[in-house]
Amino acid sequence: MSKPSDLVQGTLDMLVLKILALQPLNGWAISQRLKQISSHVLGVSDGSLYPALHKLEHRGWIRAQWKASENNRLTKCYSLTRLGRKQLEKETANWNRVSAAISGIVRLEEA
Amino acid sequence: MDIEQWFYSLPVRLRSLFHPHQMERELTEEVREHLDQQIRDNVAKGMSPEEARYSAMRAFGGITQIEQQCREVRGSALPDDFARDLRFGFRQLYRCPGFSALAILCLTLGIGANTAVFSWVEGILFRPYPMVAHQERLFALAATVQGESRPDMLSWPDFLDLRRSCTLCEDSFVSKITGSTLNIGDHAEVTTGSLVSANYFEAIALHPILGRAFEPGEDVGNGAHPVVVISYQMWRNRFKGDPEVIGKVQRLNNVPHTIIGVAPEGFYGTFVGRAIQFWVPVSMQGTFDSGGYKLEDRGARWIEAYVHLKPGVSRAQAQQQISTIAARLQKDYPATNRGRSIGLWALWQTPFNHAGELLPTLEVMVAVVGFVLLIACANVGNLLLVRSFIRRHEMCVRLAIGATGSRLLQQLLIEGLILSVLGTAGGFLMAYWCRHLLVRLLPVREGEAMYLPGTIDGRVMMLGAGICLLVTLIVGLVPAFQIRKLDLAGSLKTESSGVVGGRGKARMRSGLVVFQICLSFILLVAGALLLESLQRIRTTNPGFSTTSVAVTGVSLVASGYDVPRSKIFQDELLDRLSVLSGIQSTAFAAVTPLGYATFSSTPIAADGYQAPLEEQLEVEYNQVSPNYFATLGIPLLSGREFTRSDDENAPLVAIVNRTMVMRYWRGEDPLGRRVQVKGRWARVVGVAADSKYESMRETARPFFYVPLRQDFVRDPDLNIRTTQSLQNTLAAVLREVHALDQDLALYGMSTLQEQVNRANSPQLVAVTLVLTLGGLALLLAAVGLYGVMSYAVAQSTRELGLRMALGADAANLLRLVISRGLRLTAGGVLFGTVAALAVTRLLGQLLYNVSPHDPLVFGLALAVMTTTAIFASLLPAWRASRTDPARVLRE
Repeated sequence: MSKPSDLVQGTLDMLVLKILALQPLNGWAISQRLKQISSHVLGVSDGSLYPALHKLEHRGWIRAQWKASENNRLTKCYSLTRLGRKQLEKETANWNRVSAAISGIVRLEEA
Repeated sequence: MDIEQWFYSLPVRLRSLFHPHQMERELTEEVREHLDQQIRDNVAKGMSPEEARYSAMRAFGGITQIEQQCREVRGSALPDDFARDLRFGFRQLYRCPGFSALAILCLTLGIGANTAVFSWVEGILFRPYPMVAHQERLFALAATVQGESRPDMLSWPDFLDLRRSCTLCEDSFVSKITGSTLNIGDHAEVTTGSLVSANYFEAIALHPILGRAFEPGEDVGNGAHPVVVISYQMWRNRFKGDPEVIGKVQRLNNVPHTIIGVAPEGFYGTFVGRAIQFWVPVSMQGTFDSGGYKLEDRGARWIEAYVHLKPGVSRAQAQQQISTIAARLQKDYPATNRGRSIGLWALWQTPFNHAGELLPTLEVMVAVVGFVLLIACANVGNLLLVRSFIRRHEMCVRLAIGATGSRLLQQLLIEGLILSVLGTAGGFLMAYWCRHLLVRLLPVREGEAMYLPGTIDGRVMMLGAGICLLVTLIVGLVPAFQIRKLDLAGSLKTESSGVVGGRGKARMRSGLVVFQICLSFILLVAGALLLESLQRIRTTNPGFSTTSVAVTGVSLVASGYDVPRSKIFQDELLDRLSVLSGIQSTAFAAVTPLGYATFSSTPIAADGYQAPLEEQLEVEYNQVSPNYFATLGIPLLSGREFTRSDDENAPLVAIVNRTMVMRYWRGEDPLGRRVQVKGRWARVVGVAADSKYESMRETARPFFYVPLRQDFVRDPDLNIRTTQSLQNTLAAVLREVHALDQDLALYGMSTLQEQVNRANSPQLVAVTLVLTLGGLALLLAAVGLYGVMSYAVAQSTRELGLRMALGADAANLLRLVISRGLRLTAGGVLFGTVAALAVTRLLGQLLYNVSPHDPLVFGLALAVMTTTAIFASLLPAWRASRTDPARVLRE
């Protein structure tokens, strides 16, 4: 139940944006996708996704709408905004740069 | 947070700000939805329902904590910067409590005065009638007479014709103010009521809370429908809220009326300035009007009418149609309608109630409070400038470490917003307390409910909010202006020292002070002009003596006296009073000058005067008993007073005033000539001096008198010239009245002087308010000047020390600072004089016998301003003269 660490939190934001970039989903579906993609590595509880979602919504990166699901229940469906797409690009580029640098460093030590 | 992001997140921020409960529900719903879905998923994977549920909960984590985290995320509904600036702004205010208190006080006074005056304007001029429907389409109807500037009333037949023919009018109705005497013990009271057309309540969309409104046809037939709708107030006070009141009988002017309805609480009828207590159909007009039944008389003009235009119809369109109808009436009824047309008036210009009387005062008020607001803003701007100078260092540091100009501007605007919001809140409070002030300032006649409310409604609040925004911009932008000129490198070095009065930086502040002095000078001049007018009005001779004459009346009509009985009673009472010691002379008159009642008027013709074809001579007159001129002290220039023998059996006679002689007989002695009054010829037997009839400010106009016996009214005023106090006189008169008839009652007694004062009350109100606000403005300007001078002195201690070191003594420095203050004042007064010369003309109607450019008044204002300026610069100057050169030069 712990709050995700800062590092994980930053990564979580990006992952959520990435997932939503593919298709609009509700909270449960996002959590399922997170587990699939990250193979439970992030180790966060299902619930801690929600503060992250609300924060992203508050920053204007994602937008929430109540929609009817396939079994006709109202469900809160999140989708990416234009601003969120920009943010994702920015973060992806940043991530690529940083991770390239870090893996470079890691390889250097092993060598 | 950049603009784009702010824009994207705005909807959700607004929602969490304004619909927190809904957001909360959605959060719960979202979590529940997640768990349900997880449980279904788990069941599908083969778990038992129980197991599925626990597993889902476990995987989710602590629901309460997570919900709390979500709340925290959206916790700050306002943009971060905004919240930070708000906090910072408050801290700033808290840090200089003196500055903040002064600034907020200035704004409270400025905004409060504006809101209060607008609430009066709103309550009196724009929506004067509470609970009346569609006031935005409501207009007053009155006649215009060729060659007369004042509008006249309509007659009932004219009104009916108009109502029938006006297709652009949705409905039109009559509401004629009237009064009825109600006896309470030996004291008679006049209650204000209204004669209305039968459609009255329907037209204003008002339903009685008990009983019914009038039915169609109840306004037809002389005295045929003695029914009355009473006000809520009357129902409460007189009938103790009796639920069975419908069907009961109330005597009004001694005629039994059946109570058919009770009007709702808060409805005061349709007459600005008065709370109407009862409504009767116009068919009962004869009961309430001493002039007799007038419904079939096209020449009798007594109606106050209103019209609702159809939606979408403009006033001009309706006026055109109404003028056409009036023109047709002129052609069809030349005897009564020659030269008369009908006009539409906006409610705030209604010619027949107190709105028009108050209009000039309110106009001046609006201008004056506008000035006060500007002065207050200038003052706050000045204070902020001083502070921005002190905070220059802080601003420079902020700029140096990367704040953008717009960021600083935002912060300054938010600080301005805090000030103006607090000021506006204070202002609203002040306006709320002052909303009934106007009524308090106006003298009220005993027993007459006055209703002149200020309304703090949505529109007034909107206006207040608008002013608040404006003030925010002004007080926020003034220091921002200063920042624009900040020179980073220069300012981060230590401050350079100033020279008293010589620096460009101070120019803006000096400009503001000059502006303030200019505005307060205008207000001073306006206040002094009004005061001078009031003084002149008070010292104007009304043409009759005011101090030793008391006025009262006997409730003959209410006690059921018919005409013969009234005549006998009046004669007997005059005889009895004439032998009392202390009472010098007494007389009856239909109307007392400068009172609320209006004089009768009649078309006249005069021997030897050929009227131009289109001119219809209408002259007002009064019906008076013998000794009237002696009692009121109106000099007779030639001829004689009326005597007892000028009764209904004698030849008709009249006494004319001097202006009438000048106008109709070119100043020749008219004794023996005749005037035609109401179609009958009366011989002129005397000439009276001109006097004031309805207002102290009126110019001399034709007027004449006829004997009361020859044009009888049952309820004349009793005028008594006495050497006794009012109380003794009242007691003596009451004794004599009761000696004749125990059942009679007396109206309250007042002196003629009180009537005169009442007639002058609009001037008094204007003077009081303008002088109060003018004094306030002067104080604000003095504070501004003081601020500028103290600051200048504080900034230039080094220069002052240097001067002292070089041999200037304290007196030199004192003079230096004061002359600088006077130079600013001179600038302000110069602009102020030019502006005042241009604007005092607008006081127009409120001025009496005073030129708007009266040099004496300007001189007086100048003297007051100069004295104030000297006092305002005295303390800073004294401080300058105490400069210690040794200490200053060492620093």
